Amino acid sequence: MRAYTPKDDVQKKPYYTDRYWVAPQVAKSDVSEDAVFAADLEAIKAKFEVLDAYIQVKQMVVVINARDNFGVIELMKNELEYNQLSELSAIDWLASEGKFEIFYQMLSMSKRKRIRVKCKIDEKESIQSLSSLFRSADWSEREMYDMFGVVINNHPFMKRILMPDDWEGFPLRKTYPLQGDEFAQWYEVDKIFGKEAREIIGPENRDPARVDRYDTERFARLGHEVPRGTDISQGEPDTPLVYQEEDGVFLIQKFDAEKSVVISDRDR
Amino acid sequence: MAQHQVNYLKDGGLPVALTTIDKVVNWGRSNSIWALTYGLACCGIEMMASGASRYDFDRFGTIFRASPRQAELMVVAGTLTKKHAEFIRRLYDQMTEPKWVISMGSCANTGGMFNTYATVQGVDRVIPVDLYLPGCAPRPETLQYGVMLLQQKIRRESASRAQKPKRLM
Repeated sequence: MRAYTPKDDVQKKPYYTDRYWVAPQVAKSDVSEDAVFAADLEAIKAKFEVLDAYIQVKQMVVVINARDNFGVIELMKNELEYNQLSELSAIDWLASEGKFEIFYQMLSMSKRKRIRVKCKIDEKESIQSLSSLFRSADWSEREMYDMFGVVINNHPFMKRILMPDDWEGFPLRKTYPLQGDEFAQWYEVDKIFGKEAREIIGPENRDPARVDRYDTERFARLGHEVPRGTDISQGEPDTPLVYQEEDGVFLIQKFDAEKSVVISDRDR
Repeated sequence: MAQHQVNYLKDGGLPVALTTIDKVVNWGRSNSIWALTYGLACCGIEMMASGASRYDFDRFGTIFRASPRQAELMVVAGTLTKKHAEFIRRLYDQMTEPKWVISMGSCANTGGMFNTYATVQGVDRVIPVDLYLPGCAPRPETLQYGVMLLQQKIRRESASRAQKPKRLM
């Protein structure tokens, strides 16, 4: 007999998976193809251990040890003329390797070249701050800490940058649910009203397509508006669209087009 | 004997109008709804357009105020993030009674397309809402109509109702 599989959430799963699909790979070429990159790589290799290096989409990628990150970037800034740190962040490979990949995207204005420096750290490992070399690293490292929980050493102001200070969890980790864990889903209720208000307010409605025609607490039907909470299971009255009450408003006169005068001679 | 009868209660008789306190107070309230400047996202642009000369909120007596203490209407125009939720509640608490809230646009109503960890799924989880405006973003006409509906709601209420705190949400 075939094993039973629950069918009630079948719509939520992709119904088709291509077993033969292979993720497209960007072609890598050897560093020796580009004279500028080859010279840069030699300069880095002279002082630090380089685990891997290749050219991808006209940019050199250099993989180094995480403990060398400050030294390599300092060398690139001071001696190799890579004078801009344009991007810095982490990639979550915790599921497959148990590691974070940290990348630093460097730009040289004079050489018109870009180098990406990569290194890998463990989940609990911290990494040296680059904010004394590049001011742009300051906020990027705070964002990296905020989103991934990568702790930065020697950072001048190690604090969350986007999420609230009392937030729990790191939202850009692959294990973090898009719609938030329990802490996130009750965050504003817990903070403003306290945990005891959870029952009064109720859980979030995360189904944007949910419509209950008879629920007048949450839904209104255009042209059939009734006060909140009215029972309309027996039908509801037609409510014509009106801008003012039928019998007029105190001290306010309705505009009567019949009585109005159209001025035709503009020179008057 | 008088040859004519003066009907004091009719228009054009004497400058006398008989009415109730409720109606006078509500007339004042409904025609001077001062709104808190509270644009959170792109709906805020539509709210600004409503206040500017083409749609001209001033003719309804709706004037945007920068202080919650001078405002009685909060138009939540845009996405409310969870980080900001405590501040919207604080601003709402600072507004003086009576106060009303218009939730403007999909994001304020239900979180809209931001079905994520960082967005409050409807401002009514934090503050009580009187009027929900659909749209992404609602046009200024929608906001105008919403304010006119709110005026009707204010005129229906009893002016001297007890200042009891509103429901939690």
